Amino acid sequence: MTVDTPFELGGREFQSRLLVGTGKYRSNQEMVEAIEASGAEVVTVAVRRVDLDRTSEKGILHHLSPERFFLLANTAGCYTADDAIRYARLAREAGFNEWVKLEVIGDQETLLPDTEGLLAATKQLVSEGFKVLAYTNDDLITALRLEDAGATAVMPLASPIGSGLGMINPFSIRTIKRRLSVPVIVDAGVGTASDACIVMEQGVDGILMNTALAQAREPVAMAHAMRLAVEAGRAAWLAGRMPRREVAMPSTPEVGMLA
Amino acid sequence: MSTLELTVTLNGEPRALAAPLSLEGLLQQLGLDPRAVVVEHNRRIVRRAQLAETAVAQGDAIEVVHFVGGG
Repeated sequence: MTVDTPFELGGREFQSRLLVGTGKYRSNQEMVEAIEASGAEVVTVAVRRVDLDRTSEKGILHHLSPERFFLLANTAGCYTADDAIRYARLAREAGFNEWVKLEVIGDQETLLPDTEGLLAATKQLVSEGFKVLAYTNDDLITALRLEDAGATAVMPLASPIGSGLGMINPFSIRTIKRRLSVPVIVDAGVGTASDACIVMEQGVDGILMNTALAQAREPVAMAHAMRLAVEAGRAAWLAGRMPRREVAMPSTPEVGMLA
Repeated sequence: MSTLELTVTLNGEPRALAAPLSLEGLLQQLGLDPRAVVVEHNRRIVRRAQLAETAVAQGDAIEVVHFVGGG
C-alpha cells in the first residue's frame, strides 16, 4: 500500500493536511470545538485594531493556545502590497512565528487577488525573512512566479473566498501542483465535504478553509466531516483512481452464461 | 513637573492625553497587557522592550492591534 509522505511545510512537519480559519463563527466556544473536531494544526488569524471601547474583550489568543496550534497570520482585507507588508510585520511582532498567509485583494466584489501586488509583497517579505504562503488565483504563471519569488507555499483558490462553490477548475489546480516544487495548498471556496474531497483527489498538499465550517448549520459536525473528507481525498489520490471511460465495461464475467 | 495635554491619533480617533507619557503608560491607561498587543508608533513598530522608553508626543499616530478571527 502506498504510504503517505509527511506533510512538510516551511521546514515543519504536520499530521493534518487540513488548515482552518477562525473567522465568522457564532461563538468562540463553537470555534474552538470545531477546530478540535477538524484535527487542524495550522490555524489562521487576522490582525486588527483593538477596540478601545471594549478592552475587556479578549483577543482570540485567549481562546486558542499558541502552544497547541500553529498560528498563521493573514493579511486579509489588504488591497495594496504596502498594506499587506505592514500587516505582516505587525503580525510577526506579535511574536509567534515569521509565517504569513499573504493576501493582496484586487477587487471588492470577487475578492480575487491582485497578482501584481501579491508578487511584489512576496518578494519584499521573503527578503525580510518571512515564510510567505501566497493566496492566489488558479493561474499557473502567477503560481510559478510566486515560487520563483521564494514563496514557502502557493495557495490557489478553489473558487472565490466564502462562495462555497467548490473547485471550479480542477485542470488548473492539477497543472499548478504538477509544475510547482513548493507545497500547493488550495485555499478558499469549498462548501461541503465532497468539495474538499475532490480538491484533495487532485494531489494537492493541503487545503485551507474557514466559511465552510463557520457557517455550516453545525460547525463542529461539519469540521468532523471535513476531516474525514480530506483524509479520504488524500487516500484516494494515493490509491490512484481508475481511468474514466465513455462506455460501459462489465464488472461481471461474460463467459459462463447459460445458453 | 507640570503636566501638559497633548492630542494624538489613537487607532484612527483623536485622543487627549496627559504628558509626559510613554507607550507603556498609555497601554496601562487603556488596561491593555503589552504581551497581548502590538504597537505601531508613527508607522514604526515598537518592540515590547522599547515601550517604556518611547515617549508619546503631540500629533503622534498610534495603532494598537491584536489578533482576531480570520480566514
